[in-house]
Amino acid sequence: MSTSTLQHGSAAEHGHDHEHGHHHDLPWYRKYVFSTDHKVISKQFMLSSLFFLFVGGAFALFIRWQLAYPGQAIPIIGDILPASWATNGVISPEFYAQLLTMHGSIMIFFVIIPFAVGMFGNFCIPLMIGTDDMALPKLNMWSFWLVPPAGLIMMAGFFTETGYAAAGWTSYPPLSAQTGLAKFTISGQTLWTISVFLVGFSSIMGAVNYVATVLNKRAKGMKLFDMPLTVWALFITAIIITLGTPVLAAGLAMLFMDNFLHTSFFLPDNLVTNSKYFGGGQPILFQHVFWFYSHPAVYIMILPLMGIVSDVMATFSRKPIYGYKAMVFAIAGIAFLGFIVWGHHMFQSGMNPLLGTTFMLSTIVIAVPSSIKVFNWLGTLWRGNIQFSSAMLNALAFVSMFIIGGLSGVFMASAPVDIYIHDTYFIVAHIHYVLFGGSLFGIFAGIYYWYPKMFGKMLNETWGRRHFFWTFVTFNLTFFPMHILGIGGHMRRIYDPNVYDFLKGLGGINETVTIGAIALGFSQLILVGNILWSMKWGKKAPRNPWKANTLEWAAPEHPGHGNFDMDITVYRGPYEFGVEGRQDDYWPQWEKGASVTVHHHTIAVADDTKTFGAH
Amino acid sequence: MSSALNLSHEPVTKIASGKLTMWAFLASELMFFSGFFGAFIVLRNSNYEVFKAGSEQLSWVLALVNTFILIGSSLTMALAIYHLERQNTKLFRAFMGLSILGGFGFLIVKYFEYSAKYHHHLFPGQEEHTIFFSFYFLMTGFHAMHVIGGMIPMAYMLFRSYGKGGYPYPVKVETLGLYWHFVDLMWIFIFPALYLIFP
Ligand code: HEM
Ligand SMILES: [Cu+2]
Repeated sequence: MSTSTLQHGSAAEHGHDHEHGHHHDLPWYRKYVFSTDHKVISKQFMLSSLFFLFVGGAFALFIRWQLAYPGQAIPIIGDILPASWATNGVISPEFYAQLLTMHGSIMIFFVIIPFAVGMFGNFCIPLMIGTDDMALPKLNMWSFWLVPPAGLIMMAGFFTETGYAAAGWTSYPPLSAQTGLAKFTISGQTLWTISVFLVGFSSIMGAVNYVATVLNKRAKGMKLFDMPLTVWALFITAIIITLGTPVLAAGLAMLFMDNFLHTSFFLPDNLVTNSKYFGGGQPILFQHVFWFYSHPAVYIMILPLMGIVSDVMATFSRKPIYGYKAMVFAIAGIAFLGFIVWGHHMFQSGMNPLLGTTFMLSTIVIAVPSSIKVFNWLGTLWRGNIQFSSAMLNALAFVSMFIIGGLSGVFMASAPVDIYIHDTYFIVAHIHYVLFGGSLFGIFAGIYYWYPKMFGKMLNETWGRRHFFWTFVTFNLTFFPMHILGIGGHMRRIYDPNVYDFLKGLGGINETVTIGAIALGFSQLILVGNILWSMKWGKKAPRNPWKANTLEWAAPEHPGHGNFDMDITVYRGPYEFGVEGRQDDYWPQWEKGASVTVHHHTIAVADDTKTFGAH
Repeated sequence: MSSALNLSHEPVTKIASGKLTMWAFLASELMFFSGFFGAFIVLRNSNYEVFKAGSEQLSWVLALVNTFILIGSSLTMALAIYHLERQNTKLFRAFMGLSILGGFGFLIVKYFEYSAKYHHHLFPGQEEHTIFFSFYFLMTGFHAMHVIGGMIPMAYMLFRSYGKGGYPYPVKVETLGLYWHFVDLMWIFIFPALYLIFP
């Protein structure tokens, strides 16, 4: 049975190759719109994520304006806002809640995850394992094409009676389930639920494909432990998506039914509402289901970038990554532990305190693999020949900001401390140090690093550094003071801090944060400008501009459909820098040549001495 | 371009990529239904009486019939694969047709069950609806959608097999077969959970 299977399998692949041979004849919409080329799909993810980055960013600036200058009209654009958003230029409390919800949801589901997993997963995996495309290119294409409709559906909340969803990105019931509307009414919340369900499905479709690609399509000679950390991280992330996202989907399905059909999975008995329903549900159940996915999801949002940063750091330190295998096991360890810590979001929810203690312990244990990674990055830098390229600067920012975010995480992980800071701006500071300081700087590092291979042109380094400098400074100006606000008792998600006497003294900090945020937002225009400018006027990129070792740099300057113009066979691991006995300080994976390993040092030897290989 | 290069080689794991992807997807599906079962367990414990009353209102006979129909359909699916791999197009069509018929049979029985529920006012929003029936519609509803989701590609394969040379991709049928067995398996869990376990 299996032989016939394999034969047919290769026959099918043959047909596929045939298609490749004729790829010049593809109509334009198959080349640029409904393309199955992983590199085109990667660029599509990049484009849509950049677009949503600015949408989500604009929403954030509205929020910041209201917090720094409550009740004052928004300058310049205040007058042209729709009546459901603002009166006399001052945004309404209802719209403020919608802004918060949409900011968080867009940034997480339409920016960070599509950037980290969609864009880099698509671009890096096939190139770095030396193959022509994903295992199932059509499925890959559909995984992108679910994203724009999902985005439109979420944004369509604007046209409903109640406006956008307004229950926060976490969408806790009863607020999200009990809208007070009649059965079968489409509200912003309904659309939110459908939209997140769709992006989740898109993620799963991408992830199962990544898993098959990594397992099945590695170049000749490439063992699993010859894969760059970027691929490892994306592979493990794909497993988290495969196992975690469907659980969120199950929760969303129930929430949708509560919201749309008036079931009561998450609505308790005796809840006073203006519509009829039957009770018996539990609101905390939703929190469990939601965080069972959403804590692993924070690792979906950071693990790929941890991989990318490792590769960037090795290349620009001209040193092998310190503790390659430890790095792989740390990623796997984080992924596993990530599934058993979700309760740290629920210390204050009314959950059994004994459970709280359990979750506190498991959460603190995650600090161990996280620290292994940080120490190994430092070990990689140690005595390296460091080149401060734009990519490297962003990678360094990633590590340092992740340390701050991780440390505040450990604060919050201890239940007694969290009782004080839960639902304050301290949490907001934490999430932005890990998600912006971590993930987004990692994304920038990846963009600066792979842009030459993506577009065949070099990004402008000077502007790259300016972008980095302004982002780094204004990022810290924006988010560091939020720790202080949080310790000062400033709650998350409040419309007007001035109504609380004890927050009156914090107005200056709120203003500082807002000024920082505006500058941070505008700094990102440098990146977009650089990307667009370099696409047309950038220097032509050589094949291997950073003198790196991994397989994507074996591909032509601007690879077309099919990726490589030569046979790829892998002879060694991805991080052979500074090998003794070689002229160059790097040794690409695809270059023929023999070596021996003595005390963890690789020494190049002439081919005929290979038989003497010793340890 | 790549056909001359060594890049598109045999799958490293020796398992066809489509099949491997399907296995990963089924792991995902398993977690999806686990979400429902987890919620079911929690809310069943806090609404014991309601769940007991609810499951007594269901017809386990109809569900048992459906169980046999689905298992039969899984069997005919396996036979369809068996015969396609031996290039016996006629028997492939026969068994594929039977599998699809099984799917229809299942849905028809479901239709009768659902309409009985409607007449007894057990739908969401109707007077007799309880949290148990929320789960009933959630789990059987998503399961039925999975049945329909399997029948569409099955019908397509059957249709294609009337073209020249029959249906050319046994691997794809085998992959779909995995999915079909999974849908069957999920029913094997849903059936006792809703219909059989009287507290
Ligand atoms: C060292 C590792 C980390 C620890 C110990 C940790 C711990 C925590 C804890 C205990 C909370 C809940 C606080 C509360 O609501 O009272 C929290 C919230 C959060 N964390 Fe982390 N965290 C870590 C890393 C990360 C990473 C890497 C990310 C994302 C890339 C992340 C994203 C978030 C987000 C988004 C929230 C807020 C969720 C909400 O809206 O309520 N965390 N973290
Ligand atoms: Cu968490």
